[in-house]
Amino acid sequence: MLAFAIRRMFQSIIVLLVVGLVAFSMFNFVGDPVDSMLGQERTDADVERVRIQLGLDQPFPVQYYKFLQGAVKGDFGISYRQGRPVSQIIAERLPATLELAFVSAVLAIIFGVALGIFTAIRRNGWAANTIMSLSLIGVSLPTFLIGILLIYIFAVELGWLSSFGRGDVVDLGWWRTGFLTKSGLLAIILPAITLGLYQMTLIMRIVRAEMLEVLRTDYIKFARARGLSKRAVNFGHALKNTMVPVITVTGMQIGSIIAFAIITETVFQWPGVGLLFINAIRFVDIPIMAAYLMLISVMFVSINLIVDLLYFAIDPRLRLDKTKG
Amino acid sequence: MSEILLKIKDLIVEFPTRRGLLRAVDKVSFEISKGEVLGIVGESGAGKSLTGAAIIGLLEPPGRIGGGEIIFDGQRIDNLSDEEMRSLRGKRIAMIFQDPLTSLNPLYRIGEQLIETIQTHLSMDNKQARTRAIELLDEVGIPAPETRIDAYPHQFSGGMRQRVVIALALAGEPDLIIADEPTTALDVSVQAQIISLLKSLCKERGTAIMLITHDMGVIAETADRMAVMYSGQIAEIGKTYDLIRNPKHPYSVGLMSSIPAIKGDVKRLVQIPGSMPRLNNIPKGCSFNPRCEKVFEPCYVKRSPLIEVGNSSVACWLYDEEYKRVKAK
Repeated sequence: MLAFAIRRMFQSIIVLLVVGLVAFSMFNFVGDPVDSMLGQERTDADVERVRIQLGLDQPFPVQYYKFLQGAVKGDFGISYRQGRPVSQIIAERLPATLELAFVSAVLAIIFGVALGIFTAIRRNGWAANTIMSLSLIGVSLPTFLIGILLIYIFAVELGWLSSFGRGDVVDLGWWRTGFLTKSGLLAIILPAITLGLYQMTLIMRIVRAEMLEVLRTDYIKFARARGLSKRAVNFGHALKNTMVPVITVTGMQIGSIIAFAIITETVFQWPGVGLLFINAIRFVDIPIMAAYLMLISVMFVSINLIVDLLYFAIDPRLRLDKTKG
Repeated sequence: MSEILLKIKDLIVEFPTRRGLLRAVDKVSFEISKGEVLGIVGESGAGKSLTGAAIIGLLEPPGRIGGGEIIFDGQRIDNLSDEEMRSLRGKRIAMIFQDPLTSLNPLYRIGEQLIETIQTHLSMDNKQARTRAIELLDEVGIPAPETRIDAYPHQFSGGMRQRVVIALALAGEPDLIIADEPTTALDVSVQAQIISLLKSLCKERGTAIMLITHDMGVIAETADRMAVMYSGQIAEIGKTYDLIRNPKHPYSVGLMSSIPAIKGDVKRLVQIPGSMPRLNNIPKGCSFNPRCEKVFEPCYVKRSPLIEVGNSSVACWLYDEEYKRVKAK
């Protein structure tokens, strides 16, 4: 298992290098940062000076190498627009995104798994059928539309919740959290639902499909024949067996929650890294864009790694290094 | 034999479909005494497994009991609530399925599955239950049960897994075990061991067995009495010895003569022509009539009731006194 983990780490590093290369080379085509930095009134000498200052005069491999050199140390350079270190800007913005992603992932998993089990066990009941039909809405409506609808209902019409921003935050020194204030907690509800709704319906549908599959197996029949209670059969025996594929999908989804937070953050003006990225695109702020993409890929890769390790925890058949019978 | 443990009367299992009700088990009646082994043979689709599933209350919907009575130990059980039925399952009636490779939950140690079953039925604390689980594993012939109890199902061979399954079935100390083709998925060399193990364990405990199989050899060795099922009905039921030596229903005759004899001349094996009718296309009268060599007029009109002939009961007009007289003329 340790060998497996180490092997996966190496694979992850290669993936990150490739992502870095793709991201970095792509930005050579998105526009000239010097243009947006200097504005209309500029001389050729100014442009040349800024180019050299930013290192843009050097050949591409050198630029990439320098970028990697810095990235390993957590240094992604200076933001062209804000003139501050990128790592500092991201560190300020990251807590907002992570808190949002965390809340929506928790909502998605709790409701997704619970509703999935419910619709599988009561598969012909009217409640289950209603939930299944409604879940189609969650799968098919685009995120921004859900966000706008929620804002319209709960912020504009009912006036219960705020439609933008994080509310009041408490500074813990290295982390600014919205969890400790009432307005912060209220502010996170709508964006978290918006962001998590699609994942929730997806998790629910997968849990349901897997559960129906497992409920047909012989060991479930045998568990019933042994007289175990419904609860022990459904939750003890069936649920655990549905978890392996569910964890795969959930893991992937948590990655996309963080990545797709861009849209939700834009709709709700949530001051996280997604919004930062959108603004960076507008100003061709390459260091921020590159750092953001690297950050997202690091998260994807590490979530995948954790998912692979979770398989071992759940399914004993994968633990091959144990003594065989 | 002695006291009657299970009595089934005119049991009907049916499946509602778009084109009406299909009867998969059609008015089956039999009894099992305490400690007796009743073998049930028949082709696939004859309704053997469904009869077993109906008794233990585990018919897969939309299948359902469409009529008749199941009386277990003097109590009617076919109309019990889910919860009442559950308290019987495992504790009074246990069931073993065909494939030991898939009968155990792959994610739990066998000890966990045993202890869980024991604690569901007997009031024991964890330590007592574990001791009991080790005893059970020992009784079913698992070597080194103290260490093997912590192994996962995939660490056992097929035969060993079926032994674990038997241990699980015995954990609640049931009065009746329904064994649905318990050896079909196993190697031939292991089959005999498992069957004799099951038989000796049940004999010690006085547990009755309803042994569902299509393996005549298994029945011949194990069962006190046997029933032959054909397209959802009992064709013949009686003492195993009588039935094998002297089958009466033309279908049983066909079944017995399709078994190769070890002694004596090597003859061509006889096979019964045709195949069992589909549920939506059961012929009028006796359902065996299209394949029967001795078919005559009444067979096309009505199905024969079970007629007592010697020690057996046979559902065939050939043994009806009146038709006998008509034929003799």
